[in-house]
Amino acid sequence: MSDIKEKISKICPSATFEEGETLLVNVPDKDWYAFAKELKENKEFDFDVLTAVVGMDWKDSIGVIYYLTSTSHDWEVISVKVVCENRDDAYIHSVSDLWGVANFQEREVYDFFGIKFINHPDMRRFFLRNDWVGHPLRKDYDADPKLNPIRLNDEVNEDDTCSYVEEDGKIVKRMGKVFNPDDYVVNIGPQHPSTHGVMRFRTALDGEVVKKVDVVSGYIHRGIEKLCEDLGYAQILHFTDRMDYMSAHQNRHCLCMCIEKAMGLEVPRRAEVIRVMMDELMRISSHLLAFGCTAMDLGATTAFFYGFRERELVLDIFEKTCGARMSMNYNVIGGVIADLHPDFVKDVKHLIEIMPERLKEYHTVFSKNLIAKNRLKGVGMLSKEQAVNYAITGPSGRGSNWSCDCRKKHPYSIYSELDFEEVLLDGCDSYSRYMVRMKEIEQSCKILAQLVDNIPEGDIRCQVPKIIKLPAGRWYQQVEASRGTFGVYIESTGEKTPFRVHFQSPCFNLVGVMGICCEGNMIADLITIGAALDFVIPDIDR
Amino acid sequence: MGIDNIKSMKHEDFKDNEYIDKLVEELNATGANVMVGKLDELINWGRANSLWPLCFGTSCCAIEFMSLGAARYDMARFGFEVARNSPRQADYIMVQGTIVHRMAPVMRRLYEQVADPKYVIACGGCAVSGGPFKKSYCVVNGVDEILPVDVYIPGCPPRPEAMFYGLMQLQRKIKVEKFFGGANRKEKIEDFFKEHPEEKGHIG
Amino acid sequence: MFNFGQWTAAFNSWLMGLGTPEWLGITIECVLIAVLILLTYTVLALFYILYERKLCAWFQCRLGPMRVGPWGLLQVFADMFKILIKELISLKDTDRFLFKLAPYIIITSSVVMLACLPWGNGLQIINWNIGIFFVLAVSSVGVLGILLAGWASNNKYTLIGAMRSGAQMVSYELSLGLSIITMVVFAGTMNINEIVLEQANGWFIFTGHIPAIIACIIYVIAATAETNRGPFDLPEAEHELTAGYHTEYSGIHFGFFYLAEYLNLFIVSGIASLMFLGGWMPLHVPGWDGFNMVMNWIPSIVWFVGKAFFISFVIIWFKWTFPRVRIDQMLSFEWKYLMPFSLANLLLMTLCVAFGWHF
Repeated sequence: MSDIKEKISKICPSATFEEGETLLVNVPDKDWYAFAKELKENKEFDFDVLTAVVGMDWKDSIGVIYYLTSTSHDWEVISVKVVCENRDDAYIHSVSDLWGVANFQEREVYDFFGIKFINHPDMRRFFLRNDWVGHPLRKDYDADPKLNPIRLNDEVNEDDTCSYVEEDGKIVKRMGKVFNPDDYVVNIGPQHPSTHGVMRFRTALDGEVVKKVDVVSGYIHRGIEKLCEDLGYAQILHFTDRMDYMSAHQNRHCLCMCIEKAMGLEVPRRAEVIRVMMDELMRISSHLLAFGCTAMDLGATTAFFYGFRERELVLDIFEKTCGARMSMNYNVIGGVIADLHPDFVKDVKHLIEIMPERLKEYHTVFSKNLIAKNRLKGVGMLSKEQAVNYAITGPSGRGSNWSCDCRKKHPYSIYSELDFEEVLLDGCDSYSRYMVRMKEIEQSCKILAQLVDNIPEGDIRCQVPKIIKLPAGRWYQQVEASRGTFGVYIESTGEKTPFRVHFQSPCFNLVGVMGICCEGNMIADLITIGAALDFVIPDIDR
Repeated sequence: MGIDNIKSMKHEDFKDNEYIDKLVEELNATGANVMVGKLDELINWGRANSLWPLCFGTSCCAIEFMSLGAARYDMARFGFEVARNSPRQADYIMVQGTIVHRMAPVMRRLYEQVADPKYVIACGGCAVSGGPFKKSYCVVNGVDEILPVDVYIPGCPPRPEAMFYGLMQLQRKIKVEKFFGGANRKEKIEDFFKEHPEEKGHIG
Repeated sequence: MFNFGQWTAAFNSWLMGLGTPEWLGITIECVLIAVLILLTYTVLALFYILYERKLCAWFQCRLGPMRVGPWGLLQVFADMFKILIKELISLKDTDRFLFKLAPYIIITSSVVMLACLPWGNGLQIINWNIGIFFVLAVSSVGVLGILLAGWASNNKYTLIGAMRSGAQMVSYELSLGLSIITMVVFAGTMNINEIVLEQANGWFIFTGHIPAIIACIIYVIAATAETNRGPFDLPEAEHELTAGYHTEYSGIHFGFFYLAEYLNLFIVSGIASLMFLGGWMPLHVPGWDGFNMVMNWIPSIVWFVGKAFFISFVIIWFKWTFPRVRIDQMLSFEWKYLMPFSLANLLLMTLCVAFGWHF
């Protein structure tokens, strides 16, 4: 779309443009909803994926930057900036009816910045308690612990929702309830063995059938994005390892790439190869854990132990080279922190050799089991359209036959040179999601086999200045993490510290479809669906 | 005192825990009846060797805890494997991961739901002190702000071996307790809760 | 074959010989037997806990308990000491009486069932003509305990667990009963001792051939469901309902559920060995007198316990292999497949008996 500017000017004359890494369109709020509808539904644009929603506080004004992707136009990315001048009473029109993923994203922005979204169905806080004072990511946030002490009483009025609607040109607040008074609501989590962490699903049941799921998040919200704003670029790297700890290498790779892109650094070839190999090893380890946890959640405890047996081999490789089993902190700006262990090649070869056999064993023990098939097949249906609408990437999206592998669509590092297949299955159910993971292990082994004998000699990192400063501007970088497309947004004003860092985590989107997937299924299926979507809670909450 | 019968962890080899040595000294000073002492030893033997964890993990440490249960480390060897999902039946809470403001009341309630005797292990940097997120606006700086902690295991996340070491320290600590008289654990816990009341609505 | 009845008879005549009045003698004997049963109960339950923990560890490439006592043999004793002195939490807004009653109902029903089993030659407490019928009746009482526990806890998880359990037990009771009736038809008696003696010339699973084997398979499946074990462990499905119906129980009350769960496993295995594998009867092959002699040297109690352990092993093997089924799948499996099948099998067995198509 070379003439995109003209086309946009035609449909939205008030739009102005800023050049940058991606084209940024400035749209006033009054035209935003109509413009968004045009972008999504007009076949000339066809921006069907809302990739990221980044709340921003520019001190004098406040607003949101939307990143949109068009799957039909070669995955072209465009960004749209909507600004509110009135900081204290900021309203922006919601696009949650256009892109389903915007529902939770806008709630996050409201939670962090206090921007209220008009026509959003459920404007509650997402991460913080509903009695929290202030919006923490605003630059004028008062961090006095007296305002927000550790409250040991339970939250009140957690069933109350509100939405803002326009009536006769005025904005009216409407109150509502999440559940009907006669709903039988079962609270699953935050401490529950199958939520894979501290997630809470309030579930309305009709007998054993799930009627509605209300996702309550934030039980492990650590405020990473705010913490990043006070730290130097080299100091924020370690947070990525602790968000989705099962995609530690990929996430960190993403952040490093984003910073390197902004600085214009050239990463040595050896470092690139090592990074990609580590990414794929991490993917294997993550999928093995996903296999184990899916099996365990379905009651097949033994399969879990088999998955962990092989996972230990991957962890051994990490430990030898990176020095840690988890939270490896291996990638650094400009390369990797340490050279490979002498055993690395031998260990990786051993892993590739045994993996096909072990996968067969997993299939015998679990995937081919009749009970397991009955539990997984046809459960948690998510059509391709829904997957696109809710931006469900990664194995879960590919289980709905949506080709969304970032390694193919926006090839980064050396992925364009590698020979591997994007695993796609069209079952749209939990079984497909599960099988995509199992097949991706094979593909990761294939990538490793291509690289293990071809690790070039050379430096492991390039020269990086002692104090890292990024030029003023904004950058967005995506990688394919174990659970989907992980994105990093950095906005810099040229200081030592970033002005704003936003992490677009795949699990955040995954939890957004829990409601759709679970409705009409049984309570036992909720566990299955959660296991097959395989979200990592600290990645959702950040 | 029966603290040296934990296999592979002889007291002489691990004279590194001043806290426990002090506790033993205190207890010996008050003295105990032989019968009662023997009974105490038996009870403590039972308690120390049958520590059932509550399945509770918030982040990375929980994955390492899963590794601890898996085949290579196999915590079943010590009898720790009967992880209970219901707090009523658990013996200790191993706080694995960051505790944030929203989680704090849940954590406190979970602790109150556990039947006595109950123990808390702060596992990993976040649970010990807030770790890398110490300066965050909504992170509890160490779970000891809301719960009385028995053992701290540093690390980010701690290796499974470190978790074993921590659990063994907890076993040693239990073995010097007194069921009948002596240093009363329950009073100490009550003191803790007096210092950290709920009504006040906040702590520190 | 050694008859344990000689011992009991000798004890009885010794007691009477001391000049004890009859009522006192009977009371003393009853008390002794009660103590013996309770002891056996505890020891067996503890053994089973260790048995399962070790077996599951070996299935999962682990070692299982190793540190407490040699090979972890004392692990379960440590667990029991701890559970005994753990706090009993009483809850607000619950039905206190029913809450406390539930574990006792469960443990009573399993103790009574244990008392009916034929432990060895002459080692049986009650021998009446409707023995197996009585066992079936008592086994149904256990579900009451589970329902009460779930209801009285005033907790949504326990309630769902209890309702599932009710549906499950009532359904699978049918197949369980039908498969036992099939064997009763074959044996021609409900007297437990006679059922055992009938198998002197070959266990029912061999002499009853096809219908007996089918009944055995149905029985094992139904028994797995009756004891709430995987893949039918829905009432306490850990990953859905935290701990199911006993979520709110702590201390020794929980200990009762825990013990009863394992002891029920032994009991259903014991009944299976009685109905299909000859109870305490050694393996006899008609015509092979030498072989039969050797088999007779092994004490009858070893035969019985050994067979029960074997069947428990199979049921434990199920649990650590299969994923859990869903409640609707479980119920449709029972009503659509298992029950019609056992009815047909009953007909087949009746025909076999009527026309003498058996060994």
